[in-house]
Amino acid sequence: MRRPTDTGTASAAGLAPPPPGPGPGAAVATGDRIWDIGLVAIGSGVVLVAGLIVFELSRTAAPAIDSIGIVPFVTGSDWDPVSDRFGALPFLYGTVVTSAVALTLALPVSVGLALFLAEMGPAFLRRPVSFAIETLAAIPSVVYGLWGLFVLVPVLRSPVEPFLARTLGFLPLFRGPPIGLGYLAAGIVLAIMILPTIASVTLDVLRTVPLPLREGALALGATRWEMIRISVLPYARPGIVGAALLGLGRALGETMAVAMVIGNSPGIHASLFSPGYTLPAVLANEFSEATGAVHVGALAGLGLVLLGLTVLLNAAARLMLVLTTQRFMRRAAA
Amino acid sequence: MGRRLSSRLVVNHLATALCGAMVLVALIPLLSLLWLVVSKGVGGLSLGFFIHRPVPVGEAGGGVGPAIVGTFTMVGMACVVALPIGVGTGVYLAEHGARPFARGVRFLAEVLSGVPSIVLGVVAYAMLVVPMKRFSALAGAVALSLVMIPPLARSTEEFVRLVPPSLREASLALGVPAWRTSLKVVLRTALGGIATAALLAVARGAGETAPLLFTALNNQYWSLRPDQPMASLTVQIYNYAISPYESWHEQAWSAALVLLLLVGLLNLGARLALRDRVGGRR
Repeated sequence: MRRPTDTGTASAAGLAPPPPGPGPGAAVATGDRIWDIGLVAIGSGVVLVAGLIVFELSRTAAPAIDSIGIVPFVTGSDWDPVSDRFGALPFLYGTVVTSAVALTLALPVSVGLALFLAEMGPAFLRRPVSFAIETLAAIPSVVYGLWGLFVLVPVLRSPVEPFLARTLGFLPLFRGPPIGLGYLAAGIVLAIMILPTIASVTLDVLRTVPLPLREGALALGATRWEMIRISVLPYARPGIVGAALLGLGRALGETMAVAMVIGNSPGIHASLFSPGYTLPAVLANEFSEATGAVHVGALAGLGLVLLGLTVLLNAAARLMLVLTTQRFMRRAAA
Repeated sequence: MGRRLSSRLVVNHLATALCGAMVLVALIPLLSLLWLVVSKGVGGLSLGFFIHRPVPVGEAGGGVGPAIVGTFTMVGMACVVALPIGVGTGVYLAEHGARPFARGVRFLAEVLSGVPSIVLGVVAYAMLVVPMKRFSALAGAVALSLVMIPPLARSTEEFVRLVPPSLREASLALGVPAWRTSLKVVLRTALGGIATAALLAVARGAGETAPLLFTALNNQYWSLRPDQPMASLTVQIYNYAISPYESWHEQAWSAALVLLLLVGLLNLGARLALRDRVGGRR
C-alpha cells in the first residue's frame, strides 16, 4: 500500500519519454507535495485534539489541585461540595468495583461465545450471532440505563439479591438490604455493555491462530476441546488479555447506564448490594450544577484521573493485541 | 493420554455445551431490552409525540419534537468539524500508514477512541461553556465532534485500505500523478466505505448522552440557536427516566424506541452504503 517514492517517473504520460528538466514533471511534483503536506496537516489534527483534551482538563482542574493537593485529592474519602471537601476515593472505589464485577461476568461469557462461534458451533450461526453482538454494541448507553433502572433493578431487588444473601451471605460481598440499586446492578449492566467489545476482539484474535497449530493437535488425536486448550488458547492468550483490557477501559468510562442504576451515594461499602458512585457518574450528576472554581476543578480533576486510567488501559490493550498479531506475521514470514 | 476416549469425548461435549450456553446468556439481555423498548414504547407513539414539545407533568400529550430536531442539529453541527478532520486523518493514515509519525497518529486515534465521552464533555465545557458563561448547542456539538473524530479516523482508514493496490498501480502506470491517483482513483473507489464510516460516526454521536449533559443541557422549548441550550433525544430520555413520574417514564420508553429506530436506521444505511460501493465485498 505504500506509494512509490519516485513520483517523477509516474508523470511519463503517454508514449513519450519523460521530458528533461522542469516540465510537466515539476508540476506533478508540486501537486504531490501539496497533497502530502495537506494530509500531514490534517493528520496532525488528532495530535492537536489530544493536546487540547489534556490542556483544557488540566487548566480547569488547576484551582482544585492547588487548593487541595494531588495526594489528599486522590486518597481523600470525603466528598462534600457544600463545605469544599473533595476526596476522590469513593468514586475510584466504585469505578474499580463495578468494573471488576463487569469483567468477572463478561469475560467468561464473551470468550465462551467467541470460542463457540469460531471453533465449535455450526457455521450458519456465525452471521446472525455476530449481527446480534453488533446490535448490542450499537445500542445507546442511556437505553441500557433505562432498561437497567426499570427491568434489572426490580429483578435484583427480588428475587436475585435475597437469594444471593441466603446462599452466599457468608461472604461480605452479599450482605445488607436488597435495594436493587447499587454496585451489583451497575456491574451487570456494564457486563452487558462490554460484552460486544470483548467478544468481537476475541473473535478477531482467534482468527489469527495459525491453522497448522490446530491441525497438529487434531492429527495427534486431540478432541476439538483439547485442540482448543492445547493450541488455540495458549496462542491467543495475550490477545484475549488485550480484549479484556479494552472491555475494562470501556467499563471504567461508561457513564449514563451506571449513573442510572448505581444509586449515586458517595461511600465505600464492602457489600455489592449497597449504593455507590463512580467517577463518570459523579461528573454526570454534579457538573451542570457545580458552582465555584474549586468544585468544578475537583470534578475536572476526577475527569483527569479517568482520562489517565483509560489511556493507560487502552495503550496496554493495544500493545497486547499487537504482540499477538505480530507474532503471527513473523511466523508467517519465516 | 491415559484417559479413555469416551471420557475425553464427554469433556469435549460438556465444553461445547458450556460455550453454546454462553451464546444464549449473551442474547438474553439483548432480546429482553429490544422487546421491552418496543412493547413499552410503541403505545406512546403518535404523530403528536414526534412534533409536539414536552408538557409539564399532569398534562396530557406532549412529545419530543424539539429533542429530535436538537439531536439532528447538534450532530449536524458536529459533522461540520468531525467529518473533515476524521475522514482526512483516516485518508492520511491509509496513504502514509507506515511512516513513524503516522504510526503515532494511529496509536493516538486508537487511544482517544477509548477516552470516555463524559471526559470530552468536560473539555467542551472548559472550552465553551466557561467563557460564554452559558450552556449552548455549540458546546454540545463540539463535545460530539470530539467523540466522533477518533473512531471515524480509524474506520475511514480501514475502508480506504480495502481498495486493491492494483487499482492505484494501474493509475500510476498510466502516468496519472500520485495525488490525482489518490483523489480520483483510490478515494473515489473507497467512497462507499467512507460513507459507511461517516454514518457509523453519526449513529455514535446521535446516541451519546454524557457529553451533552453539561454542554447543551436540555430545552423544553423549540430552539435552533447555537448559543442557547438545546434539547436532545438522549438527554430527554435520561431526564424522563430519572424523574419520579409514571407518565414521564412511559414517554422515556417511547423516546428510547425513537432513538433505537434512528440509530438502527443509520446502522442499516451504513451497511447498505458498503454493500453498494465496495465491489460486492460482503
